[in-house]
Amino acid sequence: MLVIANRSFSSRLILGTGKFASPEIMRDALAASGTGMVTVALRRADLTGKRDPFANILEFVDPDRYLILPNTSGAMNAEEAVRLARLAVAAGLPKWVKLEIHPDPRYLLPDPIETLKATEILVKEGFTVLPYINADPVLAKRLQEAGSATVMPLGSPIGSNRGLETRAQIQIIIEQAIVPVIVDAGIGVPSHAAEAMELGADAVLVNTAIAIARDPSRMATAFAGAVEAGRTAFEIGQSAPQLAASATSPLTGFLD
Amino acid sequence: MSFVAEFDRMPLGSLTERAGAASAQDVRASLGSVRLSLTDFANLLSPAAGAHLEELGRRSQAVTRQRFGKVVRFFAPLYLSNECVNNCKYCGFSRDNPILRVTLSIDEVLREARLLKEQGFRNILLVSGEHPKFVSNGYLADCVAALRDEFPAISLEVGPMETEDYAPMVASGAEGLVVYQETYDREVYGQVHTAGPKRDFNWRLETAERAYAAGFRRLGIGALFGLSDWRFEAIAVAAHALYLLRHCWKAQLTLSLPRLRPHAGEFQPLTKMTDRELTQLICALRLMFPDVGLVLSTREGPRLRDGLIPLGITMISAGSHTEPGGYTGAGKEKIHRTERGRQVALSADDPGHTSAPACATAATGQFDISDSRSVGEVAAMVRGLGYEPVWKDWDAALLASGQP
Repeated sequence: MLVIANRSFSSRLILGTGKFASPEIMRDALAASGTGMVTVALRRADLTGKRDPFANILEFVDPDRYLILPNTSGAMNAEEAVRLARLAVAAGLPKWVKLEIHPDPRYLLPDPIETLKATEILVKEGFTVLPYINADPVLAKRLQEAGSATVMPLGSPIGSNRGLETRAQIQIIIEQAIVPVIVDAGIGVPSHAAEAMELGADAVLVNTAIAIARDPSRMATAFAGAVEAGRTAFEIGQSAPQLAASATSPLTGFLD
Repeated sequence: MSFVAEFDRMPLGSLTERAGAASAQDVRASLGSVRLSLTDFANLLSPAAGAHLEELGRRSQAVTRQRFGKVVRFFAPLYLSNECVNNCKYCGFSRDNPILRVTLSIDEVLREARLLKEQGFRNILLVSGEHPKFVSNGYLADCVAALRDEFPAISLEVGPMETEDYAPMVASGAEGLVVYQETYDREVYGQVHTAGPKRDFNWRLETAERAYAAGFRRLGIGALFGLSDWRFEAIAVAAHALYLLRHCWKAQLTLSLPRLRPHAGEFQPLTKMTDRELTQLICALRLMFPDVGLVLSTREGPRLRDGLIPLGITMISAGSHTEPGGYTGAGKEKIHRTERGRQVALSADDPGHTSAPACATAATGQFDISDSRSVGEVAAMVRGLGYEPVWKDWDAALLASGQP
């Protein structure tokens, strides 16, 4: 069972809500995935409490079924992210936040300095903070010391579908982690998700690969299966891949 | 170093020649390259690449879906004023054109904006002619400030300013700045801009950089196709975009591709760009810049717009008016002509005058709209194509100067 900040989640798959062809298709994909946590970009949502019909994405995410994880996508620095997080709470959203601070709008790579700063501020204010970071093990440790509830290293840039290009760094983060590690971004196919889970990631976050699939609901189901398979394999424990076939004549036979 | 210095050293001429004469082999090589250079981009603009338009379209669509998803962002232009101190041969607002002019008051701007808001728009582009007296910087900042509580995203397309004059616009709540070079061809630029501050090519070319320095978060650039060779313009826009992506790295960049269309009695385009060529350009731009927004306005007709959206367009306007007061009729009682910088009331025998209030005089628009469908119709069309119309994609809280 995945536990984040004392809350349990039966699924280790977390979904994003961007890029879907319609809110209905998104809603169906969420349901098919079996997820318990869904992240929503605050800039897409109405934060005024006026239930804006032209910014109604939250109406398609049932808060009784999913933990809504507001994200600060679009924020360029700690100040903006903190302000967005506070507004989200004022608008009645959970006091959880996925920190996304990316000053570069092309690759959306996260700013480590501002992310640490925002984490420190928001943790003090009682937020459950899930920071999106580059796969930097030292940064991951610093964030955990600052009280982050998880760390969310990227596999490759958001929306790139390139898989776990940061695999070696993610392995170090997992090895050193005292909070759940969620691999976020770059997961393009179910095998990437399975790979992350086999490495020992506690969960994965998937958006683009499901949202733009020809059949998002079926793809969500496929990801759910991959996450479970990868997790099960991790729990069983895998034998290390061998570089060569075992030698047929023993090298230490002379000791017998 | 500003883009002007880089621009002047670039081999734009030889790249344009390449774009005109690339071989099928050049095109295949560029289609196969992982990361496109400006040379590859030129190859993809060639007639030889035009023979691969279907393949370009498929690739462009795949990249766009990957990077932007199945969504199309909507915005609306709101014209504040058609007063102008420039003479630009192609533009209806030129100062010596005897058109019907008006500058909306802040209240009138709000009226227009609220109608757009009712229609769904949450992203608004304030457009104005360039006129320091009738469209002062203070007036523009007041317009932005009046709208900031109603619109999560406000952009400006107004006369270029100094960095220090842009800063108050950002402080008032504007986060986007749109400025088209019109033409990157210095010679043609000089020929079509016959009077006014806009004659200064370099000043205009550096506008996006000044806006970025002042804190604008979204920058829009583009060329007006129909003034110089379209391949040259496209390569120059791409070079400009490359520069801005490196130097103004925190800004979201959009490119617009407005085309001058031939209209009876109006400025005739100096060069041609066919629908196929526009399509080819959009696909080539998408392959060159996977993450840059591509904007398509209502200058283009319904059939072309509907076809281009799934190929790479990420942002559109709909139901647009290009005359101040066009959405609600606001300001119509103030419509006048402007002669040598002085506003002259319409006389009773003026052809623009009408005494019947029911048949209101309208100020003159900047250009003709080719897609006259309503916002609702266009949104329904977008949904029909399998895309979600996105109205709100920004929040004022993101701006450092925002509340609380």
